[in-house]
Amino acid sequence: MTLTRRRVLRGISRGIGASVAMPLLDCMLNANGTALASGAPIPLRFGTWFWGCGMNPERWNPKATGAGYEITPELKPVERVRPQINVLSKFNVLLDGKSNFVHYSGNLGLRTGQAPAQAEQNELPTLDILIADAIGTSTRFRSLELTATGNPRHSYSRRSTSLVNPSEPSPLAFYTRLFGPDFQDPNAADFKPDPGVIVRRSVLSSVSEDRARVMNQVGAADRSRLDEYFTSVRQLEQQLELQLQKPPPAEACKIPEKPADGPIGQDIAVSLTNHKVMVELLAMALACNQTKVFNMVFSDSASSLTRAGTDMTHHSLTHEELIDPQLGYQPKATEFHMQALGAWATFVEVLAAVREGDGTLLDNCLVMAHSDTSFAKMHDVLGIPVMLAGKAGGRVKTGLHIAGNGEPITRIGLTLQQVMGLPVDRWGTGAMQTAKPLSELLA
Amino acid sequence: MNKARNRVEAAIAALALLLGITACGPAEPGTAGAPSVVQRLTEAQYRQTIADVFGDDIRVAGRFEPMVRKDGLVQVGAGAAAVTPSGFEQFDRLGRSIAAQLVAPERRSRTMSCKPQSDTAPDDACAGQVLAKYGRLLFRRPLSPEELAARIAVANAATKGSGSFYEGLRLAISTELEMPEFLFRIDATEPDPDRPGRLRLNAYSKASRLSFLFWNTAPDDALLVAAERGELNSRNGLARQVDRMLASARLASGVRSFFVDMLGYEGFETLAKDSMIYPAFNPAVAGDAQEQTLRTIVDLLLTQKGDYRDLFTTRKTFVDRVLGPIYYVPVAPKHGWISYEFPEGDPRAGLLSQISFAALYSHPGQSSPTLRGKAVREVFLCQKVPAPPANVNFTVAQDTSNPEYRTARARLTAHRTNPTCAGCHKIMDPIGLALENFDGIGAYRADENGAPIDASGELDGVHFSNAIELGRAIHDNPAAPVCLVDTLYKYASGHSAGPAQREWLQWLNGRFAAQGYRLMDLLRDIALSEGFYAVTPAPAPTQNSAINDASGRGEG
Repeated sequence: MTLTRRRVLRGISRGIGASVAMPLLDCMLNANGTALASGAPIPLRFGTWFWGCGMNPERWNPKATGAGYEITPELKPVERVRPQINVLSKFNVLLDGKSNFVHYSGNLGLRTGQAPAQAEQNELPTLDILIADAIGTSTRFRSLELTATGNPRHSYSRRSTSLVNPSEPSPLAFYTRLFGPDFQDPNAADFKPDPGVIVRRSVLSSVSEDRARVMNQVGAADRSRLDEYFTSVRQLEQQLELQLQKPPPAEACKIPEKPADGPIGQDIAVSLTNHKVMVELLAMALACNQTKVFNMVFSDSASSLTRAGTDMTHHSLTHEELIDPQLGYQPKATEFHMQALGAWATFVEVLAAVREGDGTLLDNCLVMAHSDTSFAKMHDVLGIPVMLAGKAGGRVKTGLHIAGNGEPITRIGLTLQQVMGLPVDRWGTGAMQTAKPLSELLA
Repeated sequence: MNKARNRVEAAIAALALLLGITACGPAEPGTAGAPSVVQRLTEAQYRQTIADVFGDDIRVAGRFEPMVRKDGLVQVGAGAAAVTPSGFEQFDRLGRSIAAQLVAPERRSRTMSCKPQSDTAPDDACAGQVLAKYGRLLFRRPLSPEELAARIAVANAATKGSGSFYEGLRLAISTELEMPEFLFRIDATEPDPDRPGRLRLNAYSKASRLSFLFWNTAPDDALLVAAERGELNSRNGLARQVDRMLASARLASGVRSFFVDMLGYEGFETLAKDSMIYPAFNPAVAGDAQEQTLRTIVDLLLTQKGDYRDLFTTRKTFVDRVLGPIYYVPVAPKHGWISYEFPEGDPRAGLLSQISFAALYSHPGQSSPTLRGKAVREVFLCQKVPAPPANVNFTVAQDTSNPEYRTARARLTAHRTNPTCAGCHKIMDPIGLALENFDGIGAYRADENGAPIDASGELDGVHFSNAIELGRAIHDNPAAPVCLVDTLYKYASGHSAGPAQREWLQWLNGRFAAQGYRLMDLLRDIALSEGFYAVTPAPAPTQNSAINDASGRGEG
């Protein structure tokens, strides 16, 4: 449990404005869904799914709200998962007078509840970090980051400017990290703790022995970076501690096939292939209780995806492609984000195909898909598209369209945190501070 | 005794400095220095250190988490980098794998300086000998008695736990490889006896700065010995080490690392070109294009001891079979490099006309005069180009079917009619357009979409008609050598120079010019200066971050 009193207090002093009753901290450990046949509770999971360069608002936003909303031309790719998702339109990132750092302000504003004051800086942790600190400490990995773009730098899971969780770009390396020699099958008949792990754990604790002396040598900013380093050491220690306990059974867990060592990169055909493989591995990582939190990047914030034979990247197309006067949109750029939306539907389907308890793996997840902008040509941070998938163990409804009509996008982040059991009643700073969760979502 | 010797040396140094005033211009002005830094080792530094300390047969198999570039350099970003949980997982895996190779039976005769009394029981004396030796090289300073005792205790306990001396030692060595003292270069300071009230780096931190600057690796034994003996605090002692390092063949690896950082070569890790548009481009081309440029740099600056500015005009370079076809240059040997000089009248000369620059600063399917012009401004002239406004209107340049807009020049000219865009594009595009004869992978072309390419342009009032003349314009631009000095100082110290260092940098620039812009002289001047080692105290903790951080880990 590392959502410590100190960290919460620090969050408050930095202006997150969490209202905290300390005894509530206990509840963070118990974000449980329904029980398995064995009686063990099914864990609740949280994830994000990201695509870059938005959509065309007039072709994506539905007009009707609630369950009866119409499928618009650009929602066609997700129509097949309509019952499992919610569509959230017209929620805004508010810049509070700060510059719009293109492809950054919208993305990080949505994820941290505050428009960044400078490019590539984030003063506050992203949403997934807040949630992982609360629910992710009892699994082998606090969170897992993946990208289908081939570039480990494409990650929007950030504790601070200096601490960006790198994304794994290779399906094979991801498989090895998860299901390689250190993997413990939760359904194995017998369990005995590995003596090697016992020794490793005690040896590792010696790495942090001199913590105080090292910290006293350096200035304040460096101290907080070293603090992050020591936190990372501690997390590995916790991983080893978990390996010494018999893992709870996980009915849905099946060790997946080892993927081929194929190409990785930014060609959209390659990204689509790798995305599918990664999602299947991720589904098993969740089902096998390896993590409760994940971040999947399909394309980066200024989408660098390419298409064989097309001279411009997705990002360049959004700016430079002519709006077709007959169609009323940029056909080549649009094709890219339509394929991204299709990949999101695939993602939802793969999680929904895993049976778990009385329902599916997806039913015990809450996943937020979003982009960095609405209309990429103008880097618009108003009406950034968001979709949610999964019922969070029965805590949220699905199948709805909710229109924000200009409300701050932090309402979504606040709702997610509350659903995941975090004791916050307000989130965001400045004009984006809100105390209003999306009550129409709650079951 | 040492003190007396230092005093004599200081007197000699002062005299030399006095003499220097007549020989090589003014003496070094005082500077308060820059704040101390804590830099995470880069991947290259980690790998080179392991090879140097343990031998280059030790495999470092694993990935490193990406570094963030800051103020134009990865090395400055290293001063803001932390270690993420997955990053530490990697360091743990690497540390255990390196230590396992080190104690493997077939290597023990080389790597172990003693034999334990028993293979199955603790032997603190032998373990201590090995851990002290490697600990000193990895931490870049000797371990304190307490630190060494703690490592021995780890080996002792792990030997008892595993029943094997070498297993215990392996685990203890792996902790040395995972500790912050190895993974971070932490500047240690001490009061400067020559300037009361001021701080300087202590001798070991000085040794690290020198070693990472010249060789991009941890200090070797001789340098640590010089630090131990206090020799680095005397001008003569320092000069002996600096000249030794400058004369070493390893200087090339340090100079390469600097230019890899300055030229942004981490971009090649994920550089992809459309294989239908550029079928000639592949990973081998990307790798050898960097190697070509680095060979050109090392040859001109170190082997020939040439003028830095000639990098923009030189026709001398190296090619191999991989690059030959793109340059239309026949290369006889199947493997390896040949030196090559582009003939007089050839459209290519200087780094900007090489494949590495053309390909790196282009889009996957097109060249980009804007990216190239921006790179020239930012990388070689140290002039920051502002970010584009968010709501740019590109409509005027969108219509590629318009016969008016067949070339990049035509499209960009149309784009620049927008006044919000004009301001920045006019400082980038006229540079980049001079390189339009080189396509997105650096192959020569005379025209684009059937229209002839006009490669004329302008840089700070100097007009040119092609890439050769652009190279000459950068060569003659006073900002170019000043930018190199700035960038090298930033790389060496981990900081952008502040107003406090302005006068000091001017002095450095004056010497660089007077000595004919020789990189080795510049390196020597920096390494022998006092300003390079002057340190200001770290800023006081701000209220809401550090105080809480210092209060302990607190698992809640």
